Amino acid sequence: MRDVTGHGEGAPEAPLPAWSLPRDAVDGIALPAEWPEQVTREWAWGGSTGKGARVCILDSGVEAAHPMVGLLESAVVITLGENEQVLAQEDTEGDVSGHGTACAGIVRSLAPECSLSSVRVLGASFTGSGAVLLAGLRYAVEQGFDVINMSLSTTKKPFAAVLHELADSAYFRRTVLVASAHNMPVESYPWRFSSVISVGSHEEPDPFAFFANPSPPVEFFGRGVNVEVPWLGGRSLTASGNSFATPHIAAICALILSKHPELTPFQLKNVLYLTATNVGGAQ
Amino acid sequence: MTDKNDLTAAVAAGVVGSEEAFRALLSAIVEVARSIFGAKASSIVLLDEETDELVFEAVVGEGEDTLLGMRYPAGKGISGWVLATRTPLVIEDVHQDPRFASDVAEDTGYVPKGLMAAPLLYEDRTLGVLSVLDRPEASLFSLQEMELLGLFSNQAAIAVDLLLKARKAERILGGNGTDLRVIARLAAAVDALEEERREAGVRLLGELAAMLGAKQS
Repeated sequence: MRDVTGHGEGAPEAPLPAWSLPRDAVDGIALPAEWPEQVTREWAWGGSTGKGARVCILDSGVEAAHPMVGLLESAVVITLGENEQVLAQEDTEGDVSGHGTACAGIVRSLAPECSLSSVRVLGASFTGSGAVLLAGLRYAVEQGFDVINMSLSTTKKPFAAVLHELADSAYFRRTVLVASAHNMPVESYPWRFSSVISVGSHEEPDPFAFFANPSPPVEFFGRGVNVEVPWLGGRSLTASGNSFATPHIAAICALILSKHPELTPFQLKNVLYLTATNVGGAQ
Repeated sequence: MTDKNDLTAAVAAGVVGSEEAFRALLSAIVEVARSIFGAKASSIVLLDEETDELVFEAVVGEGEDTLLGMRYPAGKGISGWVLATRTPLVIEDVHQDPRFASDVAEDTGYVPKGLMAAPLLYEDRTLGVLSVLDRPEASLFSLQEMELLGLFSNQAAIAVDLLLKARKAERILGGNGTDLRVIARLAAAVDALEEERREAGVRLLGELAAMLGAKQS
């Protein structure tokens, strides 16, 4: 990577780069991919199985080896130790509610060969769950997953600033954060941030039907009503809610990134827009 | 030693009503919830932050005789997920798998085929969970119902917030003996007077305040 820092004497030890582009550096930022004249679903994810894309389910845990989920790459549980110290330990308990397993199963059904990991941020207790959620998201961003499925949000305003920072950090590290929009008329985070891909529900039965919303903050609508999902004990249920629409979009992101790993979250969001059912995806 | 908030709570307790009145309000809420969704049962559980448990505060339909006051851990199960994520959820056991029952029964005490659950959110606090159990069979869930559930839980959350405030006031009164109870009784008595006598009562309280050297805020 070319160093374009422009600091002289007295600069700090880890100098901030100058946010400018000298003429001779232009060649260094050439796009790594040829873009087609028209971005189609066939170009975006035709033939993709999600292989190579790493998806993290930040939720209640995932029941490993459920027939609709398969093997997990990793499973950790986040807890807070003494002095608010964050602990990420191997999760042997699995899923404490069934919800994380449902999300994992939806991703698996659309992207059968992607890698799935679980980061459990629920279950220890309700008290302090906001702090654990933040710690879990920070951990997941540090692991460099390609996609983090976050079918949950917090209404706590004091957490909003830190979440915002984490969402931006994920965005610049090429980790796509796919977050559920709130179904209820309340302020909650992080789905409202522009650095994440926010998802609400539509009622169509096609798992690949998704719509771009011209009136944000919700940016996309995925399948979220009467979805067959895996649940605890190797069985399945029918479930509804934005939290089930989110893994549909997360899975489509995994398919696209599997085929086009060079895409940044910004470019990925554009591809989603251009292939949305109400934009170019119906062709 | 009492602080300004305690006095405010004491006056509020006199004016806003009793625990029984709020219980009746919560019962009415779950009754309406059951009715608008054509469901078999509905319940409200509230979070007890001290013990990290959910407590049944209102139940209609199955379990209404046995569940009130029952507690279970707040971190687990379906209500635990709804509470922690502040997100509504609808699940139905279309295959009638008996194993589903054990998870939900842990929350509710009976065996439903399906449930809708929404968090009770007030300002930035999560107070508990409203559940509606067993909607009519063979009716597919729709987004309209989800929206209705969300709106309805917001209304329920306002009632729950009032209940919690009244309880806090009661606790303060209970812990501070008779001095604050007098203020609460006075506030309630003036509030209950007919229009003319009420005006006279308010004037009298004004005079009393002036006599005690209280400045007008």
